[in-house]
Amino acid sequence: MALKQNLHNLKEKYKGTKMAPLFNGFHTFLYAPNETTHSGGHIRGADDLKRTMNTVIMALVPCLLFGMFNAGYQHHLQTGEVSQAVGGFFSGEFWNMANFWVGFLKIIPLVIVSYVIGLGIEFIFAIKNGHEIEEGYLVTGMLVPLIVPVDIPLWMLAVAVIFGVVIGKEVFGGTGMNILNPALLIRAFLFFAYPTWMSGDKVWVTGAVERTNEIAAGSSADAISGETVLGSLAQGQEVAFSVADMFYGFIPGSVGETSTLLILAGALFLIFSKIGSWRIMLSATLGALVMGFMFNKVVDFGWITESSKFYALMDTTFWHHLLLGGFAFGAVYMATDPVTASQTTKGKWIYGFLIGFISVLIRVFNPAYPEGVMLAILLMNVFAPTIDHYVVQGNVKRRMKRLKAKTA
Amino acid sequence: MSTDIRIKKGLDIKLKGEAEQITTNAVASNVYTLLPVDFHGITPKLVAKVGTKVKAGETVFYNKENETMKFVSPVSGEVKEIVRGEKRKIMAIKITADKEQTYLENPTVAVDSADADSIKSALLSSGCWPFVKQRPYDVIANPDVAPKAIFVSAYASAPLAANYDYVLAGKEAELQAAVTALAKLTEGAVHVSVGKSSNSPLAGLNGISLHKVSGPHPSGNVGTQIAHIDPINKGEVVWTVTPQDLVIIGELLLTGKFNAERVVAVVGSVVKNPKYYKTKIGAEVSTFVYDAGVDSDNFRIISGNVLTGRKVNPDGFLGYYNNTVSLLPEGDDYDLFGWTKPVFNKVSISRALTFSWLNKNKVYDLDTNTNGEHRAFVLTGKYEEVFPLDIFPMQILKACMYNDLDEMEALGMYEVAPEDFALTEFVCVSKQPHQEIIRKGLDLMLKEIG
Repeated sequence: MALKQNLHNLKEKYKGTKMAPLFNGFHTFLYAPNETTHSGGHIRGADDLKRTMNTVIMALVPCLLFGMFNAGYQHHLQTGEVSQAVGGFFSGEFWNMANFWVGFLKIIPLVIVSYVIGLGIEFIFAIKNGHEIEEGYLVTGMLVPLIVPVDIPLWMLAVAVIFGVVIGKEVFGGTGMNILNPALLIRAFLFFAYPTWMSGDKVWVTGAVERTNEIAAGSSADAISGETVLGSLAQGQEVAFSVADMFYGFIPGSVGETSTLLILAGALFLIFSKIGSWRIMLSATLGALVMGFMFNKVVDFGWITESSKFYALMDTTFWHHLLLGGFAFGAVYMATDPVTASQTTKGKWIYGFLIGFISVLIRVFNPAYPEGVMLAILLMNVFAPTIDHYVVQGNVKRRMKRLKAKTA
Repeated sequence: MSTDIRIKKGLDIKLKGEAEQITTNAVASNVYTLLPVDFHGITPKLVAKVGTKVKAGETVFYNKENETMKFVSPVSGEVKEIVRGEKRKIMAIKITADKEQTYLENPTVAVDSADADSIKSALLSSGCWPFVKQRPYDVIANPDVAPKAIFVSAYASAPLAANYDYVLAGKEAELQAAVTALAKLTEGAVHVSVGKSSNSPLAGLNGISLHKVSGPHPSGNVGTQIAHIDPINKGEVVWTVTPQDLVIIGELLLTGKFNAERVVAVVGSVVKNPKYYKTKIGAEVSTFVYDAGVDSDNFRIISGNVLTGRKVNPDGFLGYYNNTVSLLPEGDDYDLFGWTKPVFNKVSISRALTFSWLNKNKVYDLDTNTNGEHRAFVLTGKYEEVFPLDIFPMQILKACMYNDLDEMEALGMYEVAPEDFALTEFVCVSKQPHQEIIRKGLDLMLKEIG
């Protein structure tokens, strides 16, 4: 094919130049390279890092599309243009093009900013350091728009992406070397740098801020209040959504995190394709259930009264924690990042369990920042190497013991 | 004492072009070659010069570190050329074969009554010693250190590897002699492993500890078997010998002749009639490869199996330790959207739009393409699925990459050889050169610790 030959000629022309990684980055997207084995075994398995990353992105696409519908649905629900969806998951009030269009126009810019800025930085560092462009950001770039509030200003997102990729990843040496999950670091940066944009009741439904400004300017329209379920609980308010709504994802929240149903589908796909670690997903779920259950018992035993500011969240039925906030999304897509998670099998169980456990702990005891899963994962990212160290030491000790038994 | 070894972790890569059990005599090669690269870590000191006449079994060079360790000519003839590389490093010694072969007559050894020292010196002087390899370090055994045990794997589980049961049939006498002799060199046992349902000629030998092996590759790797039978601890040494080399050792002890004859499987998807050929160590591969028929003009010849062999040119030679020659199509072509489209014709342990999990018995026509570019280590837990040793593969690879000797030792470097990492290399999503990393790590340890 002519295109193939022309690209090959170009590749040879650019070989060894500074721009080679840039060209190869695009070239390898079109064609898997013509590289053959030159050391060790002469054959290789079918998977490469691109395929792996692509599989995760495929698992994220349903969440992205759902997020677009949901952004519109939440907006229209507040403005009164649609009524509460009652017909189950496939309810017509939710799945209509008017909803989708609102969300699409809001979310596509987020995706574009995330990828253009993030990949741009990757390209710059690849050219500067003279290595091939690694695929790490492909997944990060898709995760970022899914874990931010829909109305976040694009410049804010851009600043956060620059921070996350440069400080979170490139300073450590790029893909595979980072300690913290870059996508979560981006979110954490937003969370602490622009707290008013990342919490409260004004950011989770598109149009809320605008409407507030309009009202301040004298408009008579109703205010749009978009609070997450966790936010309501933290303030001890009544929750306006049913458990089914939470499971389907018809609730306000970050773009892609709301639909536990679709996240579950993505999890099954990742487990089936053997890309995501089922151990981490399962142990994180168990950890959250255990912590939630303990809090429920605390309430049952009457150790805490309704006057306590922790009461509402502690009293939340323990398995509801799995449906609320970003827990499911975090456990499935973020905790399982192989670079920042524990790398040993035993370590994965401990790491996952503690993420679930600490998520609910932070969620309940820190009502100012009810989203605990982000901080729990970042914290455990830091501890993952320590967990691995002790697991590996177990193996080393076993070897030492064998030697001692021999010499004794 | 007999224990069965059952491996669960591993991967059988089923490839097209398995050898049919027919043996043809290969055309006699004009030139035979000794390649010092086969003898890892040995610095050759030449005895023969260009023009020297040698008999089969006569010394060509010896080990610079240990003068008693001889390396001999597989055939009688005249040294034709000594190929040198950078810094006059010897790359190859080429010997033109005589029409009529004459053998150097070594004294025969009565294996039942001989003592350890006489056996050892017979093996060293006759050129049979290089067949004995040791772990740690996966190099030719140091004759001064007695091993705690000797291991022979007569079960070849690597893709398309020659079937030992077939190539060794009828060699019981030689095998017995070699095993009896080697048993005297160790305090421990000679452990022989055979396939569970095989009728291996080694199964009936006396004076061995027999093990029946089952499970996917690398169940046949001697390293896997050592780990299950008697793992190597720090300070311990074990020896390993391959069964086809036992035959040469046995014949030397019985008859005094160094007979470099070997039955070699010619295999792979580009071979028209994959089958066995009787030839000699160091023969030109062209003397049998083209007789088997080659179905392609863009292929790679590998002396050895597809996971651990060495690439040779069409005018190259059969390696010293190899009994398989594999031919694979070269994969030097681009693949449109190769990274994202569903894959049915390649092997994978994932199910990321790769479908080799659908049919475990399908045979594949794999080429030499890497199916992706070299990346940093990213995925975890994949190597463990195909790695049966009680060692953390990624951690030990990383320890080798940053040259941390203490960590390498603690993580089990004494127990491994590059071939143990052939499968982790195969499944590696980041396309890291695992075998090379391990080899370099072992070399560093050998140099620093010894």
